[in-house]
Amino acid sequence: MNFNAIQKRRQFFQSLTGGLGTIALGDMFARNGYGAAPAQNPLAPRKPHFAPKAKRVIFLFQEGAPSQMDLFDPKPLLKEWHGKSLPPSLTKDMKLAFIKPTAAVLGSPRTFKKYGQAGMELCDLLPHTASIADDICLIRSMQSDQFNHHPGQLQLFTGHNQVGRPSMGSWALYGLGSESENLPGFVVLSSGVGTSGGTDNFSSGFLPSTYSGTQFRGSGDPILYLTNPTGISDKTQRARLDAIRDMNGLHQSQSGDEEINARIHSYELAYRMQSSAPELLDFSKESQATLDMYGIGKEPNAYATNCLLARRMVERGVRFVMLMHASWDHHSGINQNLPKQTKTTDQPSAALIKDLKQRGLLEDTLVVWAGEFGRTPMSEMRRPEDAEGAGRDHNPNGFSIWMSGGGVKTGQVIGKTDDFSLNILEDKVHINDLQATIMHLLGFDHTRLTYRFMGREFRLTDVHGELVKKILA
Amino acid sequence: MSKVQRPLLALSLASCALLAQPIDFVKNVEPIFAAKCYACHGPSQQVSGLRLDDGASALAGGYGGKVILPGKAADSLLIQRITGANGLKAMPMGSNGLPAEQVAIIKAWIDQGAPYPNRAAAKAAPPQSRHWSFQPIRKPEGNIDSFIRAALAKQSLAPSKEATKPTLLRRLSLDLTGLPPTPEELQAFLNDLAPNAYEKQINRLLSSPQFGEKWARHWLDQARYADSDGYEKDWARPWSWRWRNWVIDAINRDMPFDQFTREQLAGDLLPNPTVEQKVATGFHRHTLTNREGGIDNNQFRFENVADRAVTTTSVWLGLTAGCAQCHDHKYDPYRQKDFYQMYAFFDNAEEEDIDAPLPGETGLWLRKAAEYEQKREALIAEYRVREKQPAWEVDMLDAFKNPGRRTDWDLAWDCLLKLTDGGDGGKIIRKPVARRTTRDKRILENHFIRNYHFAIGQKAYKEIKFDELDKKLKDLESAYPQLTQAYTLLENETPQQSYLRIRGDFKQLGIPVEPDTPAFLPPLKKQGARATRLDLANWLTAPENPLTARVTVNKIWQELFGQGIVKTAEDVGVMGARPSHPELLDYLAAKFKDEGWSRKQIIREIVTSATYKQSSEARPELTEKDPENKWLARQSRIRMNAESIRDAALFSAGLLDLSKLGGPSIKPPQPDGVTSIGYARGTKWEVSPGTEQYRRGLYIHFQRTTPYPLLMNFDAPRSTTAACRRLRSNTSLQALNLLNDPVFLEAAETLALRVLREGPAANKDRIQFAAQLVLNRAATAAEVERLSQYLDQQRTVFANEKTLPVHPVPNIERAEHAAWTGLASVLFNLDEFVTRE
Repeated sequence: MNFNAIQKRRQFFQSLTGGLGTIALGDMFARNGYGAAPAQNPLAPRKPHFAPKAKRVIFLFQEGAPSQMDLFDPKPLLKEWHGKSLPPSLTKDMKLAFIKPTAAVLGSPRTFKKYGQAGMELCDLLPHTASIADDICLIRSMQSDQFNHHPGQLQLFTGHNQVGRPSMGSWALYGLGSESENLPGFVVLSSGVGTSGGTDNFSSGFLPSTYSGTQFRGSGDPILYLTNPTGISDKTQRARLDAIRDMNGLHQSQSGDEEINARIHSYELAYRMQSSAPELLDFSKESQATLDMYGIGKEPNAYATNCLLARRMVERGVRFVMLMHASWDHHSGINQNLPKQTKTTDQPSAALIKDLKQRGLLEDTLVVWAGEFGRTPMSEMRRPEDAEGAGRDHNPNGFSIWMSGGGVKTGQVIGKTDDFSLNILEDKVHINDLQATIMHLLGFDHTRLTYRFMGREFRLTDVHGELVKKILA
Repeated sequence: MSKVQRPLLALSLASCALLAQPIDFVKNVEPIFAAKCYACHGPSQQVSGLRLDDGASALAGGYGGKVILPGKAADSLLIQRITGANGLKAMPMGSNGLPAEQVAIIKAWIDQGAPYPNRAAAKAAPPQSRHWSFQPIRKPEGNIDSFIRAALAKQSLAPSKEATKPTLLRRLSLDLTGLPPTPEELQAFLNDLAPNAYEKQINRLLSSPQFGEKWARHWLDQARYADSDGYEKDWARPWSWRWRNWVIDAINRDMPFDQFTREQLAGDLLPNPTVEQKVATGFHRHTLTNREGGIDNNQFRFENVADRAVTTTSVWLGLTAGCAQCHDHKYDPYRQKDFYQMYAFFDNAEEEDIDAPLPGETGLWLRKAAEYEQKREALIAEYRVREKQPAWEVDMLDAFKNPGRRTDWDLAWDCLLKLTDGGDGGKIIRKPVARRTTRDKRILENHFIRNYHFAIGQKAYKEIKFDELDKKLKDLESAYPQLTQAYTLLENETPQQSYLRIRGDFKQLGIPVEPDTPAFLPPLKKQGARATRLDLANWLTAPENPLTARVTVNKIWQELFGQGIVKTAEDVGVMGARPSHPELLDYLAAKFKDEGWSRKQIIREIVTSATYKQSSEARPELTEKDPENKWLARQSRIRMNAESIRDAALFSAGLLDLSKLGGPSIKPPQPDGVTSIGYARGTKWEVSPGTEQYRRGLYIHFQRTTPYPLLMNFDAPRSTTAACRRLRSNTSLQALNLLNDPVFLEAAETLALRVLREGPAANKDRIQFAAQLVLNRAATAAEVERLSQYLDQQRTVFANEKTLPVHPVPNIERAEHAAWTGLASVLFNLDEFVTRE
């Protein structure tokens, strides 16, 4: 046996476990069938097309379609029309999920006030968001093509309503690589009930699974199979990994395949992930003021915990953090249920912005708060006698989202909807336009970040998408 | 009007004078067309089906219908296009339209009746292509090794020596059955010095029932097989496996590929089809189903039918048709019309669930059927179902005809369309009761009982205790033998007209289309007036079809060498990769189709070749000259599939349950919460009882929105589109999966026990025994030394530990068991273990 070769490899891996930045990091991905040279690191940090404004993204996904007219886009006229049908001219050709266009209007009981330099109107359920009005860009003119949840979520995250395409986070990772040596580059955190989209929302689709979102779980193992089995101490696990490494090394010296070195490397990263995850999840070094700001500790709030985790992750180099919070799907009892959702989410969302700002991270971190579409001004009553429990149906036109951080012109409102929040009057921003803009902030021309599959170059924005210049700082 | 008139004002007097005269096509119009339009809409190309140089074609129009309405210039699409009116993109592409003078001339010509000269137009060139894969297959002289060696010689490369016998048998076993050899099988092979010892192994493995399981998996990938609907509700499909049974059986029997094709695409159209032939049509029942409220059923029917056309084109023809759903293919001669002609084959098929009992089922069922029916009828009567259902039907039909009156009834109707189990509720309820089949009635009755609350509200529903009845009926059903069901396709009795969809939008109907095959390939032979799926299947496997045989043998080659002769197995079109060995591909394709379409024969020929038997060890000069191993101067090292990795671990440990073939999908243990990311906290994952959970990976229940983690970690396809090849990534999540997944830990613990019980006494011999079970070869001295060292170290650790990572087993010292479990886990985590050398 070649003893020298083994010694050399030992040294190599010692330097590697020492975490030197010069060592290529991440999962090795080779022989993908596209002829990539073996042992090329698919997650090595890469430069985008041009200098990026944002280096990382936190996407606060509000699943189920939050009601824009009850939160971000005041429509006082609805009160006057309450209980009446809208003029047919307005609702002609309208396609709705559950109700018919003739359904009666539901006035909003919410009160709105102006906040920040731009006089951004926000409802009384969002006092904390109001306090960051100058740090967000509110878009009231979002448009989706989909008015059902699963296709809508697919369009939001993959650019297209059918299953099978890569998620935005996968594209970001594919384009930029990872900056973390110890954590996955694309992380998913969830709170509330399950989502319609499930894993399709963060799947790498036809991209290699290297770029898939890794779910950090709220209970049990934070990452699947992260924790050592019962009865296996860290030391025992390390001894096992040493044996695996040496045995792989012996085989490599015989077979000569570089791919074996790639596998050795994957095991080292797995070990580092095992060692660094507990530190990531440990909030004991966070100040009381920080915990209070997020509202952590009073009563369990997984969304708040996830917001703080998101900050800790981007601090540690995670490229794309996706929070999925479900559900805002208020088909019934909207006036009772909406305050419950805002109570859970308003404070932590705002705290995240403040916290990133005070740490100087907001400059190059993009934060997006968005649902997959919005809701109708018309009421949905599952039964006529349930007037108190009325809700709103899905509406893909003119919903509201906000953005903050890296490269975003904040303290402004973009877009205008009609008096009923049915249609967009000014500055329509299609989902694909939003995606083009997010890609731009990350330093990409969205038409040029592509991947060849089934004989075609695919991209996040399908065949659409225009950069929205008004969003840019 | 003013918009159109304005440019006229700018016209010169001369042209005004001209407009008053009769316009001559050849003199006045054709020069404009020739300069601006013919490049795309002339004799050589007819983009969007439009040809302007020939009168008859021009007046017939394009995919969207007529563009010239003689005498009505203002209404003619051609004018709207060349002016960019009505928000349409102006033509020619990239311009702002034609100059006003030219528009005026064309307009005047149309208003004068658009007279074309009476001339014989040059016949539109039939679409052709010199592209290699569209040319006829001709069988060249030679054999696998001669083609490979010739190419190697050109590259000045030498082939590798034959792999060692243990490597060879492990390779062959994994490739043919997906399982490693047992130590006994390996020993028998090592002892067999006969010249045909290897051939004997091939025969044994080709006739093993596990052969069908292994090769069925590749076909399942292409059929986008899954055990659930996909999308939000992602309902389980409890009978998907019935089609999988058919595939395993067909492959084990080596059903010729032409018949394999016919039965799956058109089994229902064969004369007097058997149940099995109908079951085969389940190939196209793996399309996704969206049951989310408010979804447009027409849209999803359209998408499913389109998916069937895309999948067929991809799997059999190796062409990417998806582009042509919206427009003519940019690179291949695949026009949008070709796509919708393929679409039309499937547009006329309906989904139908049928009774598909397995052998031995029917008798049991018959014996108890009367009793079951009696009990069911008693329950139906007790809860007065039949008194309520007719009124509900009347109200439902009223809601269907007059939507918008009451949201609750609208919702009830929508739920009938989405949530009917086992059939199309909307269709059944519209049939007069007399015309409903027994199955129809049962489906509708079950739906009514389960979903009546949408119409009357939960409170009233609970008062009449239909929830209780529903549960009782379900319990009754599971207490009695039921017939296995199958998902099939059935041809519509009255053909419906299919239409091209403009820009792929299901709402925008273009020209009518008839089922037909792409124009650039050999013509279709129809048996009747209207082409059917059966004609399509026959055409796909006709001797003159240049694609099916090439594409199919290429995928077989890919499984045996890690990549195809054409690397892009899903695309042999213009944008796909070129074949590395075109003659070899044709040689195999010709043999395949001319010698009975036998899958086993082709596999036998490939695995017998010296090329296949080579060592996979890297050689320095090859790493430099041929890093992708395109020229095959060595075999490839291939990371095994997700399913095979689990199978091999369970098999080495002696846990794998091979006692039966086929059957329902299984649920092995998975961590809590995997399914909760899905809608409404997802599906129940109840671990399969007894040894069921140790059945092979291809039987693992595939829940589309929350798949079994191992499958995703190791690159199993997501079953949304046909997967003609799998990617192979190498990630740290794979490392964690093998290190810490209880499934692999249990395998390690069991393997350790096996070593302690069945293995020899001495440590080093035991290590050899374990290596034989896992790696199927003897360990080297260095390896034995390293493993001994590890074992000793583990013994020291566990001697002082209180919590040990193994279960107590009588007569086995627990710390020793723990140490050997660690060693077994090391073996399961080796690159070599997850690799086919």
